[in-house]
Amino acid sequence: MANMSLKKNEMPVQAADVRNKNFQEVALGYTRETALDEASRCLNCKKPMCIEGCPVGINIPGFIEKIRQEDFEGAYDVISISSSLPAVCGRVCPQEKQCESRCVRGVKGDPVGIGRLERFVADLHNANKSTENLTPKQPTGKRVAIVGSGPSGLTCAGDLAKKGYQVTVFEALHTAGGVLVYGIPEFRLPKDIVKGEIEGLKNLGVKFETNVVIGKSITVDELFENGFEAVFIGSGAGLPRFMNIPGENLKGVYSANEFLTRINLMKAYREVNDTPVMRAKKVAVIGGGNVAMDACRCAKRLGAEEVYIVYRRSLDELPARKEEVEHAMEEGIIFKLLNNPVEILGDDTKSVCGMKCIEMELGEPDASGRRSPVEKAGSEFVLDVDCVIMAIGTSPNPLIKSTTEGLEINRKGGIVVNEDGLTSRNNVYAGGDAVTGAATVILAMGAGKTAAAAIDKELSK
Amino acid sequence: MYKIVLKKKLNPTVTLMDIHAPLVAAKAQPGQFIILRVDEEGERIPLTVADYDREKGNVTIIFQIVGATTRKLDEKNEGDSIQDFVGPLGRATHTEGIKKVAVVGGGVGCAIALPVAKKFHEQGTHVTSIVGFRTKDLLILEDEFRAASDNYIVMTDDGSYGEQGLVTNALEKLIEAGEQFDEVITIGPLIMMKFVCAVTKKYNIKTVVSMNPIMIDGTGMCGGCRLTVGGETKFACVDGPEFDGHLVDFDEAMSRGGMYKEFERHAYEETCNLFAQKA
Repeated sequence: MANMSLKKNEMPVQAADVRNKNFQEVALGYTRETALDEASRCLNCKKPMCIEGCPVGINIPGFIEKIRQEDFEGAYDVISISSSLPAVCGRVCPQEKQCESRCVRGVKGDPVGIGRLERFVADLHNANKSTENLTPKQPTGKRVAIVGSGPSGLTCAGDLAKKGYQVTVFEALHTAGGVLVYGIPEFRLPKDIVKGEIEGLKNLGVKFETNVVIGKSITVDELFENGFEAVFIGSGAGLPRFMNIPGENLKGVYSANEFLTRINLMKAYREVNDTPVMRAKKVAVIGGGNVAMDACRCAKRLGAEEVYIVYRRSLDELPARKEEVEHAMEEGIIFKLLNNPVEILGDDTKSVCGMKCIEMELGEPDASGRRSPVEKAGSEFVLDVDCVIMAIGTSPNPLIKSTTEGLEINRKGGIVVNEDGLTSRNNVYAGGDAVTGAATVILAMGAGKTAAAAIDKELSK
Repeated sequence: MYKIVLKKKLNPTVTLMDIHAPLVAAKAQPGQFIILRVDEEGERIPLTVADYDREKGNVTIIFQIVGATTRKLDEKNEGDSIQDFVGPLGRATHTEGIKKVAVVGGGVGCAIALPVAKKFHEQGTHVTSIVGFRTKDLLILEDEFRAASDNYIVMTDDGSYGEQGLVTNALEKLIEAGEQFDEVITIGPLIMMKFVCAVTKKYNIKTVVSMNPIMIDGTGMCGGCRLTVGGETKFACVDGPEFDGHLVDFDEAMSRGGMYKEFERHAYEETCNLFAQKA
């Protein structure tokens, strides 16, 4: 008999006024008992809508059923068929917009806590796994190069390795993981988890080459000359966007990419690390996505007294994952919604000393269907801040396209691909933010998966 | 890990190292840079490529000890390794079609100016090199520069070697005397490049500067290296590091370069104390 409670089991978290001063993980995960209780809320629908909501199509009722049978390893196996990074997705997917948004239990009450259950299963597996020595299927003897070790690259690598391909992942930075390492903070996605997932891929035979910039150190054409038979480009979103307002190059203005990289990849918050990061008193983060939430919560943890989110639309339009918005609010982040910066003000040392904003109101819906914000005349005011972080998206990186002849690029700079992830070049595939511009981890994984299937089909011909 | 195969002190604060990094050596061009990390806790710093040996797979870097990281790097010896070394990054110096060039280097910037002068020299461009140092003891790469130049001029602040004065004095004198440069390339402290540009602007001579701002990834991802060039924001790592000097906002670049000054001073002192204790 299903558990008919309308409420999703809460996940224990570190207290808000404790966690906003440390970088340890915020959410602590379900216990076995809560997981069993939550799993029993699933109705195991005949036509499970949740699966359609998952970009990689995990058999959700299937793995939840295994949890109910207390076969947790079995549950992990079900997830693994579709996802290479369950411990990551359980933490960073916007479930409320995907699987959970389709859950029938959500019609009246909370949907089943699918993300929390996924995380529980993956964490339990990672805690208990012996040093797996997964022997891939019959080796195909064929080599595939993956450019970038973020979510799309790792997924593509994992799927191909499982099929017996010899896979090498090239990473420009000194640590593998891409945005999972430089972008998403420790308190939301502990780096040991990413490391664990990468170790898992290494056990499958995937090779990782860090400090190699494809497009610079080696070109895509040279990869083919070196014997790779297919290339997957998952180089991620590149250049951070700015607003083109006065004052953006003052000292104390960061792109979110820079601020987060200093903290997450370079560990600037630790005394022993050499990388500096500004410890500001009052910080404004511009934007309303997950990156903006990560940046504001990092700023708070670095000791800022006041941290603002400045977003031009209202609460309903915030693109960030709901849990991150709630956590940010609990941690004392001040949301200045329906406000937009017009100028960053500097003092005589060219350091930030304030930010002039204007109030906005929502007008008619625009092409995206969202009501577009309009400035309220005469409503300018100055926010007292000494640091501004721009988290308003990125444009695709130019390095690969500028050195790869015949690679078609769209108007926004993204790589053009067909439904299989194939680019305008034979045997060159692409996916993730390099194609779509800034999007989510799970969409990138979906793209990596699609491309892996297409590469396998092509190379098996 | 990347092995240090050669270490040479060029002057009391400037060190040359050859690093074994075959992938970088295979591709490096004058004007490009690398990013390195000395150890696991180290920061990522950009250094312009000073030379390369494609056959041996070595890349030469020349650096001045200015902060904690360069101090830590200088403590390493031949046979030691450094944690990370990635590149080549940025665009190579554009040399095609230039018949007569002035290469103006200041201090450790001369280390980066040398490969540029060499490339011009090898393709048959007439090269005038003007190098500036505070004093004779700090002079570096004299023989190498002479070999790569048709005309080599040394300027020292105190007149202890070459002529007394600034590189801008020598450059202006040559221009006034009727030298017709197709292009001036200047590499050195921001303030020097700014004044070189002020001189060449007066005579309307195209001038290229090599910028070396704060950087993390070096591939266009962080945006920390942004500069205003001709009123537009440019990223030194992917759009540069060389730019039209007459369009660069030097004052802004100087201000941005000082963002972590206090932190750097503190870190440098701590590192020095650490090495002093060990010694």
